[in-house]
Amino acid sequence: MSANMVALAYLVASVFFILALKGLSSPESARRGNLFGMVGMAIAVATTLTLTQNWPLILGCIAVGGIIGALVAQRVQMTAMPELVAFMHSLVGLAAVFIAIAAVNNPVSFGLPEVLPAGSKLELFLGTFIGAMTWSGSVIAFLKLSGRMSGTPIVFTGQHMINLLLAIAMIGFGLWFFFSETTNWTAFIAMTAIAFILGFLIIIPIGGADMPVVISMLNSYSGWAAAGIGFSLGNPMLIIAGSLVGSSGAILSYIMCKAMNRPFLSVILGGFGSDGGTVAADDGVQKTYRSGSAEDAAFLMGNADSVIIVPGYGLAVARAQHAVKELAELLHEKGVNVRFAIHPVAGRMPGHMNVLLAEAEIPYEQVQEMEEINSDFSNTDVVLVLGANDVVNPAANVPGSPIYGMPILDAHKARTVMVVKRSMAVGYAGLDNDLFYMDKTMMIFGDAKKVVEHMVKAL
Amino acid sequence: MIGEIDPVIINLTVFVLAIFVGYHVVWNVTPALHTPLMSVTNAISGIILVGAMLAAGPTETDWGVWLGAAAVTLAAINVFGGFLVSQRMLEMFKKKDKKGNA
Repeated sequence: MSANMVALAYLVASVFFILALKGLSSPESARRGNLFGMVGMAIAVATTLTLTQNWPLILGCIAVGGIIGALVAQRVQMTAMPELVAFMHSLVGLAAVFIAIAAVNNPVSFGLPEVLPAGSKLELFLGTFIGAMTWSGSVIAFLKLSGRMSGTPIVFTGQHMINLLLAIAMIGFGLWFFFSETTNWTAFIAMTAIAFILGFLIIIPIGGADMPVVISMLNSYSGWAAAGIGFSLGNPMLIIAGSLVGSSGAILSYIMCKAMNRPFLSVILGGFGSDGGTVAADDGVQKTYRSGSAEDAAFLMGNADSVIIVPGYGLAVARAQHAVKELAELLHEKGVNVRFAIHPVAGRMPGHMNVLLAEAEIPYEQVQEMEEINSDFSNTDVVLVLGANDVVNPAANVPGSPIYGMPILDAHKARTVMVVKRSMAVGYAGLDNDLFYMDKTMMIFGDAKKVVEHMVKAL
Repeated sequence: MIGEIDPVIINLTVFVLAIFVGYHVVWNVTPALHTPLMSVTNAISGIILVGAMLAAGPTETDWGVWLGAAAVTLAAINVFGGFLVSQRMLEMFKKKDKKGNA
């Protein structure tokens, strides 16, 4: 194929990638969108094949990777999606590093001049260090999310100072690489090694509760890494695809930070929640709450006109999704208007709870986002809070509270509130929840799955 | 005029415009599909496969080619895994037509 034909094919592939993301604007068009993405990728790979000679090796590797990918995609549990996504980010990062090293080793195979021009060196430097940081950061995120490593932030004194010094050293080696006349492997390898360490150090102080932000951020990095490689190779398709991913991840990080009421920088620099917060919670006053049984709750819900269910990650931990679906269906048959209210950080990653409910075959029309449903709480009979805590804490409306300003679901405005919880323990923010002590609130203690099953039986 | 422009500038133009496209397209994604959005973008960032194929391309095999081959494998896991797991999730978001399966 002529260079122009290749460029045109890459353009077509890029358009398909944009259409893929556009398809995700609604569940009806989303599957077509995903198909567009596959078509774009097929065009890109087929076109690139015509530029290479080593077909058996390349196709063999694609087959091996493809089989592994397909198996993983088929087997993964929906609750484990965050780990899978972190794992896949790490692969993109590592691949970017490998490609950059290969390009430094043999620029001609990428259509670059034998002696790398300054511009290409800068681009390779960018691609490598973003890729390396994505890899080590994602590995830590994966270990934390899958519980192989504790979610508690690892903080030590002088942490920021060390990171800063390492960053400066990395840039120093980058400049050395940049200004060397010949290929300076020492500088390149030192720079890459420091980038790996930095990615590791940046993620370890970030706590488990902040993981939705971290995953989104690494999503963004993996895109920028691809775009960086695109610059090095002068390939607009890689630049376009990489930027799409990069901006997508950046937007998701922004949405997550806003939903958790954290400045982006404080999450990234880490250490939030390791001090303060918990102390303010206990004012020594003994507060009383009302507890009830699952049967009482079922009776109340059965006689209500409208019920809103607020699921939290505790629901998924208890594997209660299917029981909840049965409950919703029974209530629906009794003529009760049942809806689900989803807070943006209800799961472990953006949109996670929606997937978990969809997996339990709860129709997505019944599942509504915070902005859509918040004004409806005040004329709702019963709100059932399942395994959620901080996202319904009215303290967020009280100036001076550690979570002041955090957007919450206005569950406290409903006529009756029922909270299923294992105990009176505090949530991630380490705060007591006034919602539990309101006169109209009934606490139901127990495992979410068992409680919901009792409710189903009682109906 | 066009011939005199450094290709880096043209790439930069593409880059900036693509960010704008991404920004607008992604804000239109419904929050319910943010997890599939992540897995789809994950698959799309597997586009780095193209660079990996070029690295594995030359016939005189040196260690650079093997590094390229490793990158091809990693990127392929991403591409296939990302698109297939998105497909699996999006199937769950189908409209439920059947009624009496309670």
